[in-house]
Order: sequence, then structure tokens, then C-alpha cells
Amino acid sequence: MTINDLNTILPLVVLAGWSVVVLLADLWIPKDRKGWTAALSAVGLVVVLGLTLARGGTVQKAFFGTVLVDGFALYLDIIFLVGGLAGIALAYDYLKRMELERGEYYPLLLIAISGMMLMTYANDLIIVFLALELLSLPLYIMAGFARFNLQSEEAALKYFLLGSFASGLVLYGVALLFGASGHTDLPGLVNTMRAGTGNQALFLFGAALLLVGFSFKTGIVPFHMWMPDVYQGAPSPATAFMSVGAKAAGFAALMRVFVTVFPSLSDDLTPILWALAAITMVVGNVLAISQKNIKRLLAYSSIAQSGYLLMAFVPYANAEVSSDSIAAMLFYLLAYTLTTFGAWAVIIQMEQQERRGLEVADYAGLGKRHPWLGLAMTIFMLSFTGVPLTLGFWGKFYLFSTAVEGGFVGLALIGLLTSVVSAFYYLRVVVVMYMQPGDPPVKQNRWVNLTALLAAAVVVGLAFIPGSVLDLALQAVLQLQ
Amino acid sequence: MPLAYYIGLSAVMFILGIMGVLLRRNALVVFMSLELIFNSANLLFITFASYYQLLAGQIMVFFVMTVAAAEVAVGLALMVEIFRTKNTINIDQMSQMKG
Amino acid sequence: MLVEYIPLLIIFLLAFFVALVVQGLGAGFGPRRPTERKGQPYESGMVPYGPGTRRISVRYYLVAVLFILFDIEAIFILPWAVVYRDLGVSGLVLMIVFIFILEAAFVYAWKKGALEWE
Repeated sequence: MTINDLNTILPLVVLAGWSVVVLLADLWIPKDRKGWTAALSAVGLVVVLGLTLARGGTVQKAFFGTVLVDGFALYLDIIFLVGGLAGIALAYDYLKRMELERGEYYPLLLIAISGMMLMTYANDLIIVFLALELLSLPLYIMAGFARFNLQSEEAALKYFLLGSFASGLVLYGVALLFGASGHTDLPGLVNTMRAGTGNQALFLFGAALLLVGFSFKTGIVPFHMWMPDVYQGAPSPATAFMSVGAKAAGFAALMRVFVTVFPSLSDDLTPILWALAAITMVVGNVLAISQKNIKRLLAYSSIAQSGYLLMAFVPYANAEVSSDSIAAMLFYLLAYTLTTFGAWAVIIQMEQQERRGLEVADYAGLGKRHPWLGLAMTIFMLSFTGVPLTLGFWGKFYLFSTAVEGGFVGLALIGLLTSVVSAFYYLRVVVVMYMQPGDPPVKQNRWVNLTALLAAAVVVGLAFIPGSVLDLALQAVLQLQ
Repeated sequence: MPLAYYIGLSAVMFILGIMGVLLRRNALVVFMSLELIFNSANLLFITFASYYQLLAGQIMVFFVMTVAAAEVAVGLALMVEIFRTKNTINIDQMSQMKG
Repeated sequence: MLVEYIPLLIIFLLAFFVALVVQGLGAGFGPRRPTERKGQPYESGMVPYGPGTRRISVRYYLVAVLFILFDIEAIFILPWAVVYRDLGVSGLVLMIVFIFILEAAFVYAWKKGALEWE
């Protein structure tokens, strides 16, 4: 342990330290001035973002090789930090309006982001587990942040029980891998796998348990049951943040661990991944059709997006395709993040006291009364569907093409068909907004508005230069292997 | 004693934990089953740590115990809150949301 | 091998046998004159009051959870204490940082009133 080690993970150290500082500072901030806590947290995130960018994507190891900083980590960290800023922007006005304003929300958010960043650095399964818990525990609390609201409390308890269950499975998987090889560090596991000295049965069990655990976290069918209830019950800004953060972190762990360690298990794992991806796309999209509550609708949509991401992950062991497929997943995660935060920004402005204003029918007339919000929401729905001229289109395009490149044409076909199905429920929101009369009460707030419009602008803007974004993602991947 | 005994005990604890999570309806009992899963993994870590003569496994157990304590704090707090509003922590009656 | 554990088995059997003998002697030869007072639950010589299965105040839970959280950190301090001479200054600094983070949590709990009983 030297200063160099700390210097390598400086952004993470600053962020974690800052979360403690904000937690303490909040104790002396008066009740009607919680904006200060939010501002302090945002300043911290901006500073950490600056530090992250300044360090760049040079590969560095620290803490005896348990932590690895590279371009892959850089790419995802930027997503998490920008997501954190959006999370604060969405939360401030909402918490005040719903009388949930307590300063702890912001330090919790910072701690969760610390966990996500640690997950991207992980080069040792111990770190993977610690990061998983560090990001999950604050999210459980944030899901239950609306105290004495039964929906929120139930959501938190369900999320907690199933989330801990997933962590337990991951932990047992780590224990089995440790038993199979005598290593928890990824390079050591890789060497044992290459040499073929480890116990193959334990390896396979361990890998399967890790897969199941992370499937819970990322919402892959049949491990998705908690998602609709948790998404609906949790306060909307917390839902927005967890739907991006927890999913991206879960996929980050999958990519890092499976691509580096388990290529030789692909004979056994590929059919399982294939089936999981197919069933996730189908179930997520089909169940979304009948949803009337917009939060539940987005929950099932989020499940479907996990299916698309997993589809690109199926050929992970094919060395020729895997870097393309990881790059496509990173690209899609960016598109998903922007679109999700934008869509939730609109939902948060529509939500009224006591959870009214959350039905799809409540959106009637939004397009005419508030043209900018209506336009933004339309862009997000089109991006989720994957219609050209949005970032979501390119995201899906790259996902499908890597699936085809890897030889999984059938899977890509299922993806294409379910995308067509998804157009039905996404466009229903647009139709309701523009075609039906109504005057929805919108609680405008400049920060939430800014998030929505900025996200919409970026979703459209980046769609004109998808190549350079993909290049960034590809650079990130090159250092993964 | 042979390694297989410890692995077997750990596997039994793990399966019991999973069955507890899936079958029991009291949130507190489910939570105890989760702890059982964590501790079965701990047993496995200790076993292999002594088998390979590696400290990494024992250190992992320290981390797991700390994490489990943090989970206890969060989980019990959630259960106390929900008991105050609802007077039950039966997970079958958590049905505010449907669809 | 399992043979190594035979002494343990013998101790178990011996302990069981001794307990059986002591209980048996007491039951066989001891006088037995029950009164109402003797039949009451034993409460350290006090006259028992109230039902035996009272609910415990939920406030104990907060104290208990705080105790667990601060108590479990000792498992990091103990191994550190064993080798802290070898770790040198950096080990000391790191442990101070660790304790400071714990103190931050303590200050938070204190200011939030988690340590007040009423």
C-alpha cells in the first residue's frame, strides 16, 4: 500500500471521502436548505468527473493487482458520474414536492456511485463482491426513501430480499471459483483456466452462480420478478438512477469477469446465454404491452433492454467478435442511460401527489400543451424502440450486427421481431400524448427540464456521429483483454 | 477430515438457505436464510483457505462478515418500518402493486 | 482420518453419562415437597411480576443494530493490531483514517438522536 496505489484510484477515494463529508455537513444544514446538500454533492461529482477525465484511460494496477484502471473503467465511470449528476437534478425538486426531503439521499447516491466505479475497477472477485454490496445497499435505502408510503416500503423490502439473495449467489460462486483454482484474482483464474489445472466442475458451477447473481441485478428473465414492483414502488428519481446504475454495473461485472476468465466454458454457457437472451427479449416486450402504469411499463421495457444487451453478449467467447460485441454493449449502455434519464425526467414532472399522474392515460394532451416536453418524450420513446435518427437505433443496430457476426442469426431475428412488438407500447405513449385531448398538470422545474431537453438533444445529436462514439467504446474494449 | 465433508456441509447449508428464501413467507425468516447462504459461502472460503494454505480466503470471510452486518442494519430497518405501517412482515401480503 | 476424532466421541459419551447419573441420583434420592412458591418461575429471588413473554421495546433494536455495526469493525482492528509494527507508519495512518470514518458514522448517529432513549 503506497501513495501510488491511492493515486491510481484517486477519483474513487475523493468520491467516497466526499460522500462522508456531505453526510456530516448535512447534519448542520437547516431543513429548508437541503438544496445545499444537493449542490455540494453535485460539486463533488463534477470534481470527480474532472479527475477521472484527467487521468484518462492509461492502464494501471494498484493494491497488489486487485484493482485495475483502464479505458473500460473510464468509459463506464463517465456514464456513472454523469448519471449521478442527472440523478441529483431529478431528485431535488421531486423530493421537496413529495415532502420526502431528507439530506441523506445525496450521500447515499454518492456511495452508490462509488460502488459502481469500484465495480469497473475490479480485477479480483473479492472486489467484485464488495463493489456489488457497496452499490446495492444505498439503492435498497433509496428505494424505500418514501417513508410511511406502503408501496415504497414494499419495494424496498422486495429489492432488499432479492438483491441480497443475488449477492449471496454471487458470493457462493466466488467461493466455488476460489475452491476450483486457489485464486480470487482474475489473472490467476485466467492462468488456471488456461493451464487446465483447476477443478472443471467447480469452475462451471461457480460461473453459473455468478451468471445467475448478475442476472438478478440486471433483470434478466427468469430473475426479473422484482423489477416491476420495485420500479413502481420506489420514488421516481431513485428508480431512474437504479435502472441505469445497477444495470450498467451488473453488465460491467459480467463483461469483465466472463470475457477475461470464462472463454473456455463457452461450450456450456453459450446455449444458456442464448436462451436467457431470447426469453428476456420476448417476455419483457410482451408483458410491457398490457401495462397501464408508465413506471411499470418502463420496468418491463428495462427488462427487454437487458435482453438486447445480453444478446450481444452471447458470442463473448469468440475472440474475433467479442471486442465488437463489448463495444456494442458499451455503446448501447450510453444510449440507454441518456434515454432513460430523459424519459424519467418527463415522468417526474408529470407525477403528482399520492402517486397520481402515472398512468399512460394521464399523458393525454401533453404534446399539445407542453410541446417541448412532448417532443422530448417522443424522442425518448423512439430511441427506446430503435427508430432511425436516434441514438437507440444505432445502439440496436450495433447489437444486432454483432449477434449476426457471431453467427446467431436466429437470436438477432428474435430481437428484431420483439423490437417491432415494442414499437406498439412505446408509440402508444406518443399517440396518447398527441392524439387525445387533455390538460395534464405539469410541475415544471428547471433542473428536471434541463435534464430532459439535454438528454433529448444528445440522443439526437450523437445519432449523427455514431462512428466516433463507437470508436470510443472500441478503444475502451481494446484495453480489456 | 476429508475436504468433501466440509464442502458437503457447506452445500447443505447453501441449499437450505435457498429453500428458506424460496419457501418461507416471513421476511425475517427469509432474511435468516440469506444469512445462512452467506455463512455457507464463508465455510467454503475457510475450507479452501486451509486446503490451499492461502490467507486470501480468510480475509474474504472478514469482508463478508462486515458486509453481512451492514445488510442486517439495512434489512432490519426496512422490516421495522414496514411493520409499523402494516403490522405484518409476511411477504405474501406485500401486494400493493399489481400488473 | 475420522479415527483421530474418537477421543472427542469418548468425551461426549462421558459427559452424557455423567449428566445422566447426576440427574438420576437427584431424582431418585432427593426429597420432593412442592409448594406453590417453589413452583413459580425463578426470578433471582424476586417475586415474579408481569407475564413472561412481554414484547421488548423496538428501541432496543436501534441500540442493537448500532452495537453490531460498530462491534463488527473490531475484526479489522484486531489483525491490524497483531502486525502493526511491521506495517510501519502507513499502517498507522490507514487505521487512523479507518477510525475517522467510523467516527463520522458515530457523529451522524449521535446528531440524529439515535443514542437518545426518549
